[in-house]
Amino acid sequence: MKIAVTASGPELTSPVDQRFGRARYVVFVDLPGRTLQAVENRGGVNAAQGAGVQTAQTVIDGKAEAVISGHCGPKAFRALAAAGIRVYLTPPGSVAEALDRFERGELNEASGADVDGHW
Amino acid sequence: MKIAIASGKGGTGKTTLAVNLAVALGRQRSAVEEEQTGGQDFTDSREAMDGKVAVGLLDCDVEEPNCHLYLKPQFAADQTVNVLIPQVDEEACTGCGLCARVCEFNALLALPAVPLLLPELCHACGVCAYVCPNKAISEVERPVGQVGAGTVEGLYFRFGALNVGEARATPVIRAVKDLSGAPALDTVILDAPPGVACPAVETMRGADYVLLVTEPTPFGLHDLELAVEATRELGLPFGVVINRAGVGDSRVSDFCRTQNIPVLLEIPDDRQIAEACSRGQVFSATNKQFAHKLCALVSRVQAEIGIATTSGGR
Repeated sequence: MKIAVTASGPELTSPVDQRFGRARYVVFVDLPGRTLQAVENRGGVNAAQGAGVQTAQTVIDGKAEAVISGHCGPKAFRALAAAGIRVYLTPPGSVAEALDRFERGELNEASGADVDGHW
Repeated sequence: MKIAIASGKGGTGKTTLAVNLAVALGRQRSAVEEEQTGGQDFTDSREAMDGKVAVGLLDCDVEEPNCHLYLKPQFAADQTVNVLIPQVDEEACTGCGLCARVCEFNALLALPAVPLLLPELCHACGVCAYVCPNKAISEVERPVGQVGAGTVEGLYFRFGALNVGEARATPVIRAVKDLSGAPALDTVILDAPPGVACPAVETMRGADYVLLVTEPTPFGLHDLELAVEATRELGLPFGVVINRAGVGDSRVSDFCRTQNIPVLLEIPDDRQIAEACSRGQVFSATNKQFAHKLCALVSRVQAEIGIATTSGGR
């Protein structure tokens, strides 16, 4: 399956970016092989409003089935839910560690936003 | 002549000045008319006006309007203000996502089927409808606030209220500023919201002069500097009114002097004025001295507009 992870850098060793909408990169990983493609999240980083929406658009365009991040705001969640993409929240760590947790079933699926907009 | 009353800092006395100024000016106008109609004995200046109104007051602080607390109008803000948002015809939409790509405000999300609209982000620019190759987008109204208008205290008064939860005040402010249905007015006073963000800028835009109200304190100066920068950016002539003069220090006056900004009025930190305000009373309605000072302020503004026109502003 294809899964997206918000990250501060473009590698598996890069830290997970805790803020979905303002993440510097969206890293697309094919599981279980872990081949990776990193996309710069220029739209989300610079947006005055709707950063979550822009980042969600990047995730949708990349055809991910699920996304892992630290926190997810209300518009981001609405956008991802509309596209049928599942959201998982992880504690801080590297992209690889977050994928480990996901594969071990340790990450809970988010049922809504866990922070306010412009948090 | 349109005079906008703005400030950097909140709570400096914009509404107090705007209301007192408009009321004093309105009474001056009616007194002049009374003379011209042969000195009939009217006990109420509103009667003297005989329905004619020359001064308008626009409360443009639609997020937190206050003028009505002084004026106590008999009319409410009951006309709905709408903005246009896109509506996608699901039959005609091919899911191409072009509308989402061109939206500057991230209000549309391109999905495999029909795009998702986040209406609160939409700025009603109409680009999505314009570019849709299948003409699948029409524009529909969405209510964002209310405005009201009428005559009170001898003034033509307009005010508005933004609906709770709305992020953008500017459409409602534009509705308050819309004088297309108003009587002919020779002077319009606009009470701006505090600060120098979009709502204040929208209010100031198109004014002939801006009065920046401040207090003589460090906070007053700090926020005045921001307001001066914004007003200069807008290319509008402006002057300063120092309210509660005497409470702080001279830094605001010093700043105005070095920046060549005219200080057109100083309102003292006067307990009588403060008491009147706390009771929602218009001090200039009963205090002739204060009313004269305010009318003189308007004359000075007229003179300043004349200077600005010839010298190209400061």
